[in-house]
Amino acid sequence: MATAVQTVERENYLNSNYGIKSWLFTTDHKRIAMLYLVSITFMFWIGGFFAMLIRLELLTPAGDLVSSDTYNKLFSMHGIIMVFFFLIPSVPAVIGNFVIPLMVGAKDLAFPRVNLLSWYLYMAGAITALVSMVTGGVDTGWTFYTPFSTTYSNTHVIGVAIGIFITGFSSILTGLNFIVTIHRMRAPGMTWRRLPLFCWSNYAAALIMVLGTPVIAITLLLVALERAFNIGIFNPQLGGDPLLFQHLFWFYSHPAVYIMILPGMGVISEIVTCFSRKRVFGYEFVALASIAIAVLGFLVWAHHMFVAGISVYAALVFSLLSYLVAIPSAVKVFNWTATMYKGSIRYETPMLYAFGFIGLFTIGGLTGVFLASLGLDVHVHDTYFVIAHFHYVMVGGMVMAYMAGLHFWWPKITGRLYPEAWAKLSALLVFVGFNTTFFPQFILGYMGMPRRYHAYPPEFQVLNVLSTAGASILAVGYVLPMIYFLWSLRYGELSPPNPWNAVGLEWMTASPPPTHNFDETPVVTWEAYDYEHQPQEEVSVGQ
Amino acid sequence: MASSDIQIAEHALQHHFADMEQQQETSTFGMWMFLLTEIMFFGGLFCAYLVYRSSYYQAFVEGSQKMNIWLGATNTAVLICSSLTMALGVRAAQTGKSRLMVVLLLITILFGLGFLGIKAVEYHEHWTSHEFPGPNFHFETGDPAHPATDPQHTEIYFSLYWAMTGLHALHMVVGVILVSWIVIAGLGGAFTPSYFTPVEIVGLYWHFVDLVWIYLFPLLYLISKKHGG
Repeated sequence: MATAVQTVERENYLNSNYGIKSWLFTTDHKRIAMLYLVSITFMFWIGGFFAMLIRLELLTPAGDLVSSDTYNKLFSMHGIIMVFFFLIPSVPAVIGNFVIPLMVGAKDLAFPRVNLLSWYLYMAGAITALVSMVTGGVDTGWTFYTPFSTTYSNTHVIGVAIGIFITGFSSILTGLNFIVTIHRMRAPGMTWRRLPLFCWSNYAAALIMVLGTPVIAITLLLVALERAFNIGIFNPQLGGDPLLFQHLFWFYSHPAVYIMILPGMGVISEIVTCFSRKRVFGYEFVALASIAIAVLGFLVWAHHMFVAGISVYAALVFSLLSYLVAIPSAVKVFNWTATMYKGSIRYETPMLYAFGFIGLFTIGGLTGVFLASLGLDVHVHDTYFVIAHFHYVMVGGMVMAYMAGLHFWWPKITGRLYPEAWAKLSALLVFVGFNTTFFPQFILGYMGMPRRYHAYPPEFQVLNVLSTAGASILAVGYVLPMIYFLWSLRYGELSPPNPWNAVGLEWMTASPPPTHNFDETPVVTWEAYDYEHQPQEEVSVGQ
Repeated sequence: MASSDIQIAEHALQHHFADMEQQQETSTFGMWMFLLTEIMFFGGLFCAYLVYRSSYYQAFVEGSQKMNIWLGATNTAVLICSSLTMALGVRAAQTGKSRLMVVLLLITILFGLGFLGIKAVEYHEHWTSHEFPGPNFHFETGDPAHPATDPQHTEIYFSLYWAMTGLHALHMVVGVILVSWIVIAGLGGAFTPSYFTPVEIVGLYWHFVDLVWIYLFPLLYLISKKHGG
């Protein structure tokens, strides 16, 4: 593939025009993805900064670094920023925005201007939330439980809720765009059965965004109304029912967990098949498992409320339904493993992250099954066991997948290769740092350390010190990619169109792609992931 | 005529679609997806209504007694008529009768403004009788035979009434703005039988907002004619 090395820089989406206006008024899905990349990276560091302060406070048993009020604000703002302003837009709005139109062979998403609007809504929401946080903060936790959030909290609940409300519409519009694009914009021959699994999983996540997000929007609106006018809907003193808030909140926020994992699963499906040089095992099952997770995800929300006073029969049903989610999740894990079986595995950075994802997601998922069982949940409810569980899914799962995807598509996005040795080191640091941070928290939680306190009994200190030490390693693991990605923009080796020798339409156009993605609309005549029939002499670079 | 049609159609075709048919189907499908979101958005309120109506049925009956059924029924009729003129307007756009479309949509706007006007009269009545939730809320149970109903529970009824009809009225305002935009574009000759997608999707939105009211009216106004159900 010697011809692939570009000697003359051809016109692409990055150099077609310049200047701040050409970015702020772009309707090109690739540029909007870059706008999202910069914005959510900024939010990630703010959320990470709060996490760092939390871990520093927990270094010692006494509450000595920050007051308990400040600590309440720290964990609330860490959760709110990471969930609503980083994890939910992460893979869909950055990687999905960039590669879905390329993968289906389209020139753009179905509604390019709506796509730009979604970024502006994200920014408006993020700025509203950040201003409220800087001017007073919020201390309700990311869950905004009533009546604390509506009656007793003296922080800027309304401002932050409005920020999340606005950002919710950005998420709805992104999901809407994905669904319509995948339905209507596929290139000739790109049938549903040939659709890349990344599109399938983003389609499933988009369904949740479209159907779930409006419910949290109306719920937060009611919280704001209740705070402003004391309308009483969630206030038990006025006959309202705080449990109704929890039902409405988790009706979105549990499926939102799948918004935060399904797109990551899509990334892993792409990477595992590419770096094993084998077709995905059981393509149909992996694809439909995404849909099954999205559907089942809407039926399990009350497992967050087992100790909140719901009826025992309701709890039984929700417990059983929650177990069912394990089935499609396990289908995916087993199929990835089966894909690797007898494959020619290459241990490059995206694959290292994918290995990390599969292992850590499995731990996060299985501990989720523990928590879905009624008896055990009573024991570990509101302890660090829960914290460890969902960080294994969200950080060990989604952030790993996001990093995997960024490395995998970085040559396509920027036209440059990142330094492979540094990247492997960072993948290792992230894996080690993550486990050192969060595995001790499983033990702490099982021993009974409650979440959301800034002080704890001295006998928990050893494990907490371990956790804080791990967090420092994890931070280095995240700072490194930031540095070498920026470095590669200028000094990285030029990438050929298909550095990984992968299949998929996005690899058949130039790196970086031209503004219209393809010089001619592609016609698909082959099955998805047809690695067996791909010529092997196309050796990848970057080794 | 035919060639100018094609020119307009080519002008209206956005760069990322293969042809007008794909563009039209895509836009309409997008609007249906958006309406799905809207259903879930209102759904949260309907869910709250369902929960509290079953918990505090008597108090809800007391609250609904305060509704002006005649104004509500008139508004229902106004909206159904506006849906008819909207549908005829879309049909006129489809068949290339631009002038007729503008007239029908202007009537639709008038119906929409009429609805909002009547709603404003009702809101004013409730406001002056202290039927707005909050510190000034005041409610005396209408029937001494059933003193058991708690005014606070009727306050929840009014909270839901204001939130649901308020959100609906907000959607009506957006609808009137959207239809006005179509009228202005229609006067400029923007729509042809081969390109009338914006008319169609604004029509979909309008029908949806009507449909919400068709549910709101019986749920809020017609719970029970008798005191105490």
